[in-house]
Amino acid sequence: MIVILKSFFMKRCLFFLIFSVVTNVSAQEADDILARVDQNMSSTNRIFESGMTIKGRRTSRTILSKTYASGNQKSFTEYLSPASEKGTKMLKLKNQLWMYSPSTDRTIQLSGHMLRQSVMGSDLSYEDMMDDRKLTEIYDARLIGEETLDGRKTFLLELTAKVSDVAYYSQKVWVDNERFVPLRQEMYAKGGKLLKQTEMKDVKRNGNRWFPMTVIYKDMLKQGDGTVFTITSIVFDQPIPDHIFSKASLKQ
Amino acid sequence: MKKFLLVGLWRDKSRSSLPVLVVAIGVTLTVFMHAYITGFMGDTIEMNARFTYGHVKVMSRAYAELSEQMPNDLALASSSDWLSQLETGFPLMEWSERIHFGGLIDVPDSDGETKAQGPVAGFAYQLLGKEANEMKRLGLDKSIVRGKLPVKQGEALLSEHFAQKLGIEPGDTFTLMGSTMNGGMAFYNLILAGTIRFGVDVMDRGSVILDIADARNALEMSDFTGEIVGFSKEGFYNDEQAMLMAARFNEQQSTTGDVYAPVMKALSQQGSMAMYVKMSEMWSLYVSLVFIFAMSLVLWNAGLLGGLRRYGEIGLRIAIGEEKRQVYFSMIYESILIGFAGTVIGTFTGLFFAWLLQTYGLDISGMMKGASLMMPGVIKARITMVDFYLGFFPGMLSTILGTALSGIGIFKRQTASLFKELET
Repeated sequence: MIVILKSFFMKRCLFFLIFSVVTNVSAQEADDILARVDQNMSSTNRIFESGMTIKGRRTSRTILSKTYASGNQKSFTEYLSPASEKGTKMLKLKNQLWMYSPSTDRTIQLSGHMLRQSVMGSDLSYEDMMDDRKLTEIYDARLIGEETLDGRKTFLLELTAKVSDVAYYSQKVWVDNERFVPLRQEMYAKGGKLLKQTEMKDVKRNGNRWFPMTVIYKDMLKQGDGTVFTITSIVFDQPIPDHIFSKASLKQ
Repeated sequence: MKKFLLVGLWRDKSRSSLPVLVVAIGVTLTVFMHAYITGFMGDTIEMNARFTYGHVKVMSRAYAELSEQMPNDLALASSSDWLSQLETGFPLMEWSERIHFGGLIDVPDSDGETKAQGPVAGFAYQLLGKEANEMKRLGLDKSIVRGKLPVKQGEALLSEHFAQKLGIEPGDTFTLMGSTMNGGMAFYNLILAGTIRFGVDVMDRGSVILDIADARNALEMSDFTGEIVGFSKEGFYNDEQAMLMAARFNEQQSTTGDVYAPVMKALSQQGSMAMYVKMSEMWSLYVSLVFIFAMSLVLWNAGLLGGLRRYGEIGLRIAIGEEKRQVYFSMIYESILIGFAGTVIGTFTGLFFAWLLQTYGLDISGMMKGASLMMPGVIKARITMVDFYLGFFPGMLSTILGTALSGIGIFKRQTASLFKELET
């Protein structure tokens, strides 16, 4: 009888030992994957030109812009076309956002719930645009599987927020297992509701990193066919003069 | 006979005063309640019509499906053509274009940077020009708290509470920020002409009112409109007429499958108004029926008690040779006289209280904070023709019915036992 009990407890201990080792390895592996994603997606600074095609229910339109970004604290965007948006500028400094409208010659600061509003009618919110923090800084990762997506093998990570000031409590991220670039993201509210979905395409080599040049955003709470964000040119880690990131540059 | 009964009732107050009082109280309540319900429900319907639903409303089909979200990207195109067609096709209605939108009001400091801001519900009406007919309909002139009404383009009104919160004065400039109908960013400078207070919490929380031409410029909606609202020239909502009109218009548009083709909806086909319109129709009937029933019970009991009290009198009258039938009908005649007197007094009293409520109103704005349904902050009764004769149904019917039921006992009296009863 004692032998049987001993054997039973031994088996249980062994199971928990293996389980905890596997879990730790899985968490460690997930953190490593996420760190490699951050290496690709984050940079000291970057300058890029992009087109944002918003597919509405009635019309579709493309907005061209040029963005200067320094780390995850500063960014400056100038809208180049269409004519109705030309000259509109946006400045982000830490967690503050200002917009300049040439038609009214006003600099307006956006805050509070306004940051959750759509940018130019797109599927992106100001909050989405502002949050440039590394994923490893704001999420705990867990590897929950491996899947093939559009012919690419991917790691499926489940991210859970470890800080409170985050727009999406959890995410599911499909990470290319060779290039370590996210190919799909699903963003969820704390209650488990799917809020937004992104698909990354046209992944290109840029220096020592892989980077998706097209991102399709879909706000799941909004009708329409989503927003296609395409980067037409991008350079990383180039010096950007400090005066760009000042309120004075909005009116220039 | 009538004179005999009248004199009898007049001299014997115990036979007339209590029944007349009961009838008068019942009729007072019936008349007052009817006028109150007509006033309150009617005001609520008209207020919702004026500010939101119109008596009928024309929108694009796609917009109509999501109208609560004010989806201006689905607005009705060629709005001026549709407006002309509606004016020609339905000449008994007044038509007006409107645009509703959500946005942000930003008040600048002396450097042109944000001093204060807040979310706002935008209401664009035809306030200026030849077609302007909305100022009077919305009662804007009566709602002004500070400043004046807009007299030219570029001027707007803000709700008083919201203006105070933002610290903005009439004459100051502010910026309206929102989305154009194409999804672009809308920035538009406006001058605050004045501030308003409607006494309607939904409107007073935070709203901006501007001319529709300004809204079209700001939201890039040239020759587009969110909705075209129609109001009966008679001045009040008639559900049957509105439904017929909507059916007729929609029949004309039924051949096209275009989701942006116009569709007309009557007030009762929008939001939660169907239930409200039905309620307002049924409540008067329910109130009258309840009072007729309740008063019949009361007067039946009163009649029974009276009958018992007059047991000896009735017995004596039968004993001296009066026909049971004659005694019964004389009591019915008495009840007609009592019912008539009580009804006249009750109608007069009910109308008096209704007039007080119609003239002075009852301020319930304190209870309306946070209400999502547009309801008047001051309850007012409305006296209609019905109130002058409505009380006669419960007043006369219940009195006669009560006496008729209680008087049946007369026929059960045995003449043989009458003298024995009279001895006691």
